Amino acid sequence: MSAPVSPIREPLIEGGKTYHQITEDICAPTERVPSMAWIIAFMVAVAGLTLYVFCVTWTIWVGIGSWDLNRTIGWGWDITNFVWWVGIGHAGTLISAILLLFRQRWRTGVNRAAEAMTIFAVICAGQFPLIHMGRLWLGFFIFPYPNTRGPLWVNFNSPLLWDVFAISTYFTVSLLFWYTGLVPDLATVRDRASGLRRKLYNYFSFGWTGSAKHWQRWESLSLVLAGLSTPLVLSVHTIVSFDFATSVIPGWHTTIFPPYFVAGAIFSGFAMVQTLMVITRKVHGLQEYVTLQHIESMNKVILLTGTIVGVAYLTELFIAWYSGYVYEQFAFANRVLGPYWWSYVGMMSCNVLSPQLFWFKKMRRSLFWTFVMSIFVNIGMWFERFVIIATTLARDYLPSSWSYYTPTWVEIGLFVGTLGLFFTLFLIFARVAPVVAIAEVKSILKVAGDQYIGPNAKHHHHHDHETTTKSTDTHH
Amino acid sequence: MKDQNKEVLYGLYDDEEILLKAVRQAKDDHLDIMDVYTPFPVHGLDPLLGLSESRLHQAGFVYGAIGTLTAFLFMSWVFTRDWPIIFGGKPYWSVPAFIPITFELTVLFASVGMVVTFYTICGMAPGVTNPTLDDRITDDKFCIAFQTNGASEAEVDRLRSFLSSTGASEVNSKTI
Repeated sequence: MSAPVSPIREPLIEGGKTYHQITEDICAPTERVPSMAWIIAFMVAVAGLTLYVFCVTWTIWVGIGSWDLNRTIGWGWDITNFVWWVGIGHAGTLISAILLLFRQRWRTGVNRAAEAMTIFAVICAGQFPLIHMGRLWLGFFIFPYPNTRGPLWVNFNSPLLWDVFAISTYFTVSLLFWYTGLVPDLATVRDRASGLRRKLYNYFSFGWTGSAKHWQRWESLSLVLAGLSTPLVLSVHTIVSFDFATSVIPGWHTTIFPPYFVAGAIFSGFAMVQTLMVITRKVHGLQEYVTLQHIESMNKVILLTGTIVGVAYLTELFIAWYSGYVYEQFAFANRVLGPYWWSYVGMMSCNVLSPQLFWFKKMRRSLFWTFVMSIFVNIGMWFERFVIIATTLARDYLPSSWSYYTPTWVEIGLFVGTLGLFFTLFLIFARVAPVVAIAEVKSILKVAGDQYIGPNAKHHHHHDHETTTKSTDTHH
Repeated sequence: MKDQNKEVLYGLYDDEEILLKAVRQAKDDHLDIMDVYTPFPVHGLDPLLGLSESRLHQAGFVYGAIGTLTAFLFMSWVFTRDWPIIFGGKPYWSVPAFIPITFELTVLFASVGMVVTFYTICGMAPGVTNPTLDDRITDDKFCIAFQTNGASEAEVDRLRSFLSSTGASEVNSKTI
């Protein structure tokens, strides 16, 4: 079972855990009475959710006129928020799929929570195009279904329709991937529970037994789903970028958008994972499973993708100048120096400059700076989408229709409200399901536990020794 | 299960390496293991138990191909036969524009198909209760189970001594 491991690898599971201890530690948060911190956080989140419901109702009742969109600026906070949330929703599948294919063991500590985050973020993202339709009850028009109008089909050549397919496929596949991974762990919780709790977890664990054949199929399924999700996750933000890139608006019509959007999505997704994990590991006492090693690995990804995004920003400026095309040059000069210059500054400083802090190992391993940086990146990536959308539209072809846009309270309420929706869902998840993948952590214990590798390892020579250490530990 | 209850003799092991040794021993002794239950996937177990590789991924390929064809043929039919419309001066059959949706549906069909197949062949669904031998199997115990319906007392004793001699920390029997 134990694959060869380099002795210089840092352990990913600390505290000399036994299998039983792993079960205890990770199941414990779902089994005890919620802490005061959780209750307060939940109340705040539900308040945000209430605001969301109110603002959606208001938008539908009064109409889209309650937003400050105008004929020039047809996309504002709504699509900014949509792209922001979708971007955040990329880290989960990236961690679970791409890191699984690359056999990165550190994924096991954070994949479950990141995948849950992905699903909730995509739920939040999906709200905005729907509300933006104005007539929400006609939302099913976006799907091709036989209808009495011909049938008149949707436009399969439109990137907006591609988006419908991409986001709904992404949501479905992420949900299946996440839940299938969750089933064995829900069975673990089931087998520790009694009474009604046991009945409920029994229902949701689908009758999992842990049979060898089932595990074999489960692993095969996970691997293929990972293989499918990898191009999927890259396709989703590529297609989101097509919403802009296939248009003929200067500032949007660029071939750099797909890779730049994908890098940005990974960047913001990891930032949101950090925001959540820094808090969750503390509140749930999971510091031995989500270690500084995990945090540091994710900070490296943030540094890399942040820098890629920075290169993309500069490339855009360079190409605009180099193209010699005045409208393109104007679009970018306007982006940097125009009426929304402040959002460009926000984007550049949060996304490109601040992550450079992570060149220093001390910073990568500092929880305080990780948290601060994750918030910075979240803000910066929101600005990026605002910069792309609002600044470009505000100065279009005809100077007579140039315009400026500030959100109304309804639009702000909708954004804050989706944060409420997101955190409500995440807080419920953190209460009812194991936030760290129990079975997967157990399966890497012998190659990543700190009693087996690292400076505190009890034996450097493997196998028989380790078996005895293990079984004596169990008897304590 | 439906027609006849299974009488099962099972041993619980504390570690997957002891389990693997025991399974290897069982293979050498030509004992017929009913099933092995573990808290996480134990690598190296499948060949010892004679489990052939799962064909789930082949099913996934077929589902994916159905998705590809569904998406591509449907869009082609709509835009060349059912309601041809020119968009942006492009031909009716604008194949490159069909690629994104064709790809998405391929992934969607393959994933949903595989997941549904997985749960179906494993006999799992929401609300299903499959009999389990011990609650600690999903925690830290590794279980080898023998079916003992119709086995003579001597045979059961042999299995029992096999389990304890290969390092099982507990040996129990249960009818499931």
